[in-house]
Amino acid sequence: MSTSNKSIPVSLPGPGNSRRIKNEKPQQGFKALWRLMRYLSSQRLMLLLILISLLLGTAGTLAGNYLLRPAINNYVLKKDIVGLGHIALVMIGIYIATGIFNMLQYRLTIRVAQKTISNLRNDLFDRMQYLPLQFYDTHQHGDLMSRFTNDMDTVSDALNNSITQLLISSITLLGTLALMVYISPILSVIALIMIPLMLYLAKLIINKSKSFFAANQAALGNANGYVEEMISGQKVVKVFGHENAAIEQFEKLNQVLREKATKAQFYSGMMMPLMANMSTINYALTTIAGGILVITRGFDLGGLTAFLQYARQFGRPVNEISSQYNSLQAALAGAERIFAVIDTAPESETIDSLPIPTPLQGQVTLSHVNFGYVPQKQVLFDIDIDVKPGQKIAFVGETGAGKSTIINLLPRFYPLLSGDILLDKTSIFKLDRNELRKKLSIVFQDTHLFTDTVMENIRYGRLNATNEEVIAAAKLAAADSFIMQLPLGYKTELTNDGANLSQGQRQLINIARATVADTPILILDEATSSIDTRTEIAIQEGIDRLMQNKTSFVIAHRLSTIRNADMICLIEKGTIAEFGSHAELLKQKGKYYRLYMGQFD
Amino acid sequence: MKLSTFTPYTKSFRKAFLIIPFFVVIDVFCEIIQPRLMSVIVDDGILHKDINYILKIGLAMIGLAIVAIVANLCNIYYSAHASVGFATNLRTALFRKIQSFAFADTDYFSLASLTTRLTNDTNMMQQVMMMCLRMLLRAPLMMVFAIIFAVSINKDLSIVMAIALPILALSIFILLRKGLPFFIKMQQAVDRVNSVVQENLLNVRVVKAFVRQDFEKKKFEKVNFDLMDLATRASSIVVLIMPVMQLVMGLSLVAVTWFGGQKVMTGTLALGGLMSFLSYITQILISLMLLSLTFMMISRAIASGDRIEEVLEKKASLTNTEEGLKNKYAITAGRIAFQQVTFRYNRQSEKPNLDNISFEVKPASILAIIGGTGSGKSTLVQLIPRLYDVSKGSVLVDGIDVRNYKLQELRSQIAIVLQQNQLFSGTILENLKWGNEQATEEDIYTAARIACADDFIRSFPNGYQTLLGQGGVNVSGGQKQRICIARALLKKPKILIMDDSTSAVDINTDRKIREGLKKHLQDTTLLIIAQRISSVMHADQILVMEEGRIVGSGSHDVLLQTNTIYQEIYQSQHLQKEEV
Repeated sequence: MSTSNKSIPVSLPGPGNSRRIKNEKPQQGFKALWRLMRYLSSQRLMLLLILISLLLGTAGTLAGNYLLRPAINNYVLKKDIVGLGHIALVMIGIYIATGIFNMLQYRLTIRVAQKTISNLRNDLFDRMQYLPLQFYDTHQHGDLMSRFTNDMDTVSDALNNSITQLLISSITLLGTLALMVYISPILSVIALIMIPLMLYLAKLIINKSKSFFAANQAALGNANGYVEEMISGQKVVKVFGHENAAIEQFEKLNQVLREKATKAQFYSGMMMPLMANMSTINYALTTIAGGILVITRGFDLGGLTAFLQYARQFGRPVNEISSQYNSLQAALAGAERIFAVIDTAPESETIDSLPIPTPLQGQVTLSHVNFGYVPQKQVLFDIDIDVKPGQKIAFVGETGAGKSTIINLLPRFYPLLSGDILLDKTSIFKLDRNELRKKLSIVFQDTHLFTDTVMENIRYGRLNATNEEVIAAAKLAAADSFIMQLPLGYKTELTNDGANLSQGQRQLINIARATVADTPILILDEATSSIDTRTEIAIQEGIDRLMQNKTSFVIAHRLSTIRNADMICLIEKGTIAEFGSHAELLKQKGKYYRLYMGQFD
Repeated sequence: MKLSTFTPYTKSFRKAFLIIPFFVVIDVFCEIIQPRLMSVIVDDGILHKDINYILKIGLAMIGLAIVAIVANLCNIYYSAHASVGFATNLRTALFRKIQSFAFADTDYFSLASLTTRLTNDTNMMQQVMMMCLRMLLRAPLMMVFAIIFAVSINKDLSIVMAIALPILALSIFILLRKGLPFFIKMQQAVDRVNSVVQENLLNVRVVKAFVRQDFEKKKFEKVNFDLMDLATRASSIVVLIMPVMQLVMGLSLVAVTWFGGQKVMTGTLALGGLMSFLSYITQILISLMLLSLTFMMISRAIASGDRIEEVLEKKASLTNTEEGLKNKYAITAGRIAFQQVTFRYNRQSEKPNLDNISFEVKPASILAIIGGTGSGKSTLVQLIPRLYDVSKGSVLVDGIDVRNYKLQELRSQIAIVLQQNQLFSGTILENLKWGNEQATEEDIYTAARIACADDFIRSFPNGYQTLLGQGGVNVSGGQKQRICIARALLKKPKILIMDDSTSAVDINTDRKIREGLKKHLQDTTLLIIAQRISSVMHADQILVMEEGRIVGSGSHDVLLQTNTIYQEIYQSQHLQKEEV
């Protein structure tokens, strides 16, 4: 229904990005920097080229300005037009060479930075593929996304700009100082007093603005969170006529944000002009002192000209150094968060894994399984089930009883507290994990789809399935008829997690995907919960056919779907409360009986 | 983007807008006169060996710099207030507008997009406002002053500027024009990368279960490579601006030195004049650079402005009617009638979502609606509190068209427990109080008891003070539904609508809730949408829906006799019962 599905906007990586002052300090900045350097080190030759062109470029800029001195002293004041011509030509040469070196440096830096960032992104994504599910259970998606977007951006900023700019500015500042001292040690005293003063002032401002920015970020976070909640809960807001209360609350948050933001803007905005003004004061002081020196000590005018040129400009490198140092800090903090994920231990590898029994019979045994997502909170207690090859076993029970948890243990998503799970009498923890998973196909409770065509979404179950096989699977899952009604049939692009499909239709596609996988073991976790009962009957036949000769595990809310199971397990608070076939359990007149009869009142 | 859309939000800062230019002029003047004073020191002070004169002028320079600092601080103070205030006003206006939106309007934009408009886009506007207030006047003014001073020093030398300036402006323009389209493409590549990451986060179990890590990695490597490629290309172009500027600046300095030097030799130009000319030319080129940066920023902000404007200009499609505001009707009985109601979510769609629906519900009776997914059940009930307006026909409550009620009155008397339940961050108590701000503790406990929520709420260590995460993440689906039911009950509505609102609740609890409702809400008209026959069979009247039409209506027994679809639904759920 949504017509404009804009994905999460991120700020532009690269030079277009304005510098942000963030209140973030890396824990171990040096370590993160070292890691980043290691990423860069694969491009050593490029780095060397960058360094050379950076040095030459910066030196050229300094030299170009310096030549003003001999130009005025030696030629203009001595009326030597030929000499002036020569030195002008030298200057032109230097400026052109400098321009070329600068271009080279900028372009190479971008290339290296983008390549590095791309490697970093790949590494982060790779590691994400192998992280254990516990990691995803305990980390918010938003937080992980933000490592891919915000943190990557700050690192990208630093690689594109901060590091080279810090180098350039430092060299410029030092070079300028050196030249100033060379031209006139006495006049340089003024600069030597001004520079630490300016750096100190910059530090003061940055510290102030950092703390206000932190407050600003917090206030912004609050306001954003509220907006997100109220917009996504719009229906409830309307139904309860809560609009005015929401506006009132938002205005409060908005006012807080305004106060913090104004302060943050004020202090951060102050930095640049203040540095420029300080530079001007330095310029004025130098002019006075220089003028007096020329009169009293016969200091040369050309020297004063060049000196003033430097004095006027050194506010800029000071400004650059302090703000780039700041972005570098933010970047290192971001890098640390990225490395933290990359350093998370992946799912444990099985050493000396046993081969998958062939031919696979499909016997699954849960032997005294105890399990908790966190060791302190056990959720499954002594689960002991033996499923014979080709059998269908169903789990019933209340939400939160532990049915889905049992099923999530079969593909070895989580380690057990104790007990074992066996496949054809071999512990699954001794098998190669990927080989094990290739023997199962699972339809999960929450159905998500990929941005791709319907065809490819189904084919995800088995990548080498032909179009005909995909369509056959869809027919079996009763998905064919609605797919054919989509604008482009199987070629229809699904976007935004299949937003244009109903929950039931998404479930049908998921069933088709499991069908096409055609594995010896099939697991259905509430796979038909959103499908209305009549459609369900239509696909039941297909599902039954699918389950032939397969060991299958089924969780269902509607008991009608499971009554033909070979075994039914009633799970209650993490234990098996009742166990047997449908008929047996009804005869027991226990909890299953009550649950079953309760469906009809 | 029309400026007039945004001017109202600057209203409270008009003073700032008037006062800022004043400070800018002071600042620019103090700054720009410095090289001129320096040249005076050189030409009049140094060459005449007049130390007093040097000190006098020099102190004037320092004084002016201090004045500039004060002017700058004032400018930033006002700019910060104005730009942040502007963004604050925009956010409030957007939030108000969004609150007035009907669902059709929200759907038009999509939730995610509205959120980003309200946050990121307003932030962009704030930044660009700050930048404009500081630069848009300052840079050109600086340039104009510098040009005037430079020309006043020597007209002939100014030719150098006349050549350098257009060259630089043109090259910046060309580079930006070539680079910007890449940035747009790059942004799309960023979106693609994010979308792959996001999908992998959502599908982490699927990817693992089907062992598709390598497949996903390849997919990611491709979009990642595209992003790198485009980012490199975009940046490589724009980044050339800096060296080009440095080159033009350097060459201009050489030209001034060459021509100016000759003039000094022939005595037509003082040495100090040449020195300050060199300063001015640097100043001019830097100003041009800043100006181009500002324009680059503005061009990006225009995109944000457009997106904000689109929301502000959108007319809410469902508002109080004049009738509704004039007549102060109140709901007293709770009688509902649909008269030949046809409804389409999308005006263009051929097939209506509801097709010629007519039925009537007596006050204080129970109506149940059953039917397949997508048959229009939820759509139908949402027309009663005017969450949507009918396309044709009319919906009457107590004999009056719902459009003739004041929206607040209508919705305060109708409670609806939605299929997509939503709780908000805060305590359970705060969430329940959404139903009624003034509810007493006793009211709340009673409502929770009817909804079978009291027991489990009290079993939490903090009971009713338990903090819920956003969307109620720390309670189970069934618990969430029961809290939502209690919340609706607290409204003490004349009409209560339950849209499949016990689907995650087990059957026994479901029955208990229904019995509780029947007992406690004897004056309330109850509408129940359900999938289970057991949930609807005791209703006074049952509607069977299919493809937007009512295909059966009557009591359970009648329908079981006469309606094939109802029979099929019954069969699908009851086949086994007979066998038992």
